[in-house]
Amino acid sequence: MTAPQVFFSYFAAMITGLSLLVVTRKNPVHSVLWMLLLFVHIAGLYLFLNAEFLAAIQIIIYAGAILVLFLFVIMLLNLRKEETEKRFQRQWPLGLGIGVVLMMFLVPVLGNISVVPPLGPYSVDAIKSEGHIMTVGKVLYTEFLLPFEIASVILLVAIVGAVVLAKRRLE
Amino acid sequence: MNVTDMLWTLLKVFIVVNVLMIHVAYVVYFERKVIGHMQARLGPMRVGWHGLLQPIADGIKLFFKEDIIPSQSDRPIFYIAPIIGLVAVLSSLAVIPLWEGFSIANLNIGILYILALSSVGAYSIILAGWASNSKYSFLGGLRSSAQVISYEIAMGLSLVGVMMLAGSANLTDIVKAQSEGWFLWYQPVACLIFVMSAMAETNRAPFDLPEAESELVAGYFTEYSSMRFGLFFMAEYAGMFIMSALGTICFLGGWSGPDFGIFAHVPKVVWLLLKIYGCIFFYFWIRATLPRYRYDQLMALGWKVFIPLALANIVVTGVIKLWK
Repeated sequence: MTAPQVFFSYFAAMITGLSLLVVTRKNPVHSVLWMLLLFVHIAGLYLFLNAEFLAAIQIIIYAGAILVLFLFVIMLLNLRKEETEKRFQRQWPLGLGIGVVLMMFLVPVLGNISVVPPLGPYSVDAIKSEGHIMTVGKVLYTEFLLPFEIASVILLVAIVGAVVLAKRRLE
Repeated sequence: MNVTDMLWTLLKVFIVVNVLMIHVAYVVYFERKVIGHMQARLGPMRVGWHGLLQPIADGIKLFFKEDIIPSQSDRPIFYIAPIIGLVAVLSSLAVIPLWEGFSIANLNIGILYILALSSVGAYSIILAGWASNSKYSFLGGLRSSAQVISYEIAMGLSLVGVMMLAGSANLTDIVKAQSEGWFLWYQPVACLIFVMSAMAETNRAPFDLPEAESELVAGYFTEYSSMRFGLFFMAEYAGMFIMSALGTICFLGGWSGPDFGIFAHVPKVVWLLLKIYGCIFFYFWIRATLPRYRYDQLMALGWKVFIPLALANIVVTGVIKLWK
């Protein structure tokens, strides 16, 4: 195996394993912590693809903001009962069986497909020459300006909605 | 990257981390002396000449104390929380350029890297508060998580102005962009917001609510003892050092200093350290001067004053940049 393959296999194996840990832990706080480790590994995968800006944003937004809020909510809810109950419904072996069978069909089929992506102007060398932040910024604010603005308006609507819900009394 | 490069990097990491730890020990001594003199006391005087060996004595004492773990605590998380804090702070040191061309990793995303690690560092406080299974610790942890999230936004936004002026998020490029004048003069509002947010980020007075001793005993590390407490202590002071270094690099011209006459022969790192210690002195000065904020005032200040102000600062900076 070459070095990139070793790196990728490490990240892929860890991401799969950590995802399993997230859904199987009894203590919700432990689940969130495994998820933190999972996010760090996803950021590592981004770094591996030369997307350093995405990697930093992955940590700042997902690990630093969203997951902290998850943790905040989980700590405030009293989840003692959850910890003693069974983690899964009775039919989980059936689900696992169907998943494995589907996998057995999909792996040979997908293995035979080779996709050659069309090469755009943003090759690895082009991104390296001016930096990832610069490239992402330019594309985001010229080519994809409208979708970007729409996304920010949607977020603004969500914020306004949250404020309205949180405010008991509106004058 | 070959083996020699790797070994060389490891050696650099080892030296820089150890030098930082010595600095951290003496920052604590510096604080006790400064606060002491501001309150008309002498500060530590007994161990060594003017108490100079006090940090070493404190370190030995912490190391040999009994390690007490609350019986109802969540042990793995209780063990790992202080380690997360210290590792996050020490890792941010990797991108700090100490003098021209010397930083362990010269990243293009330098500022973002430090912001990312400071948000990871918040986990140590939240988890310590939760895992201790004590009311005081838990309240301290919750306060801290809300505070750190809020002020991180203001801090990130205040640094956007700096990034816009320098045209880069690379800390070395930011220092080079200040050859004509410090960004303090071009970004005074951003600098003010950064200083305040840095104090809130590192849980320092007047924003030290997570460990407000008069209401919460010691906040999130109430249940910690011996070296585990020591790790939190080191993480706090190392965090102050990193924040001062970031402020120095972004607003005070980093390693640059006067280069005429005899000053030209002074190593650049001396200027950086002088500026960092100036910032740290400012931290202590504020601590000795201002009383602690109330919690709702703190949150209102962060969300209703600093974040809108930082956003306005970005707009104004953008307009001026277009004008030129």
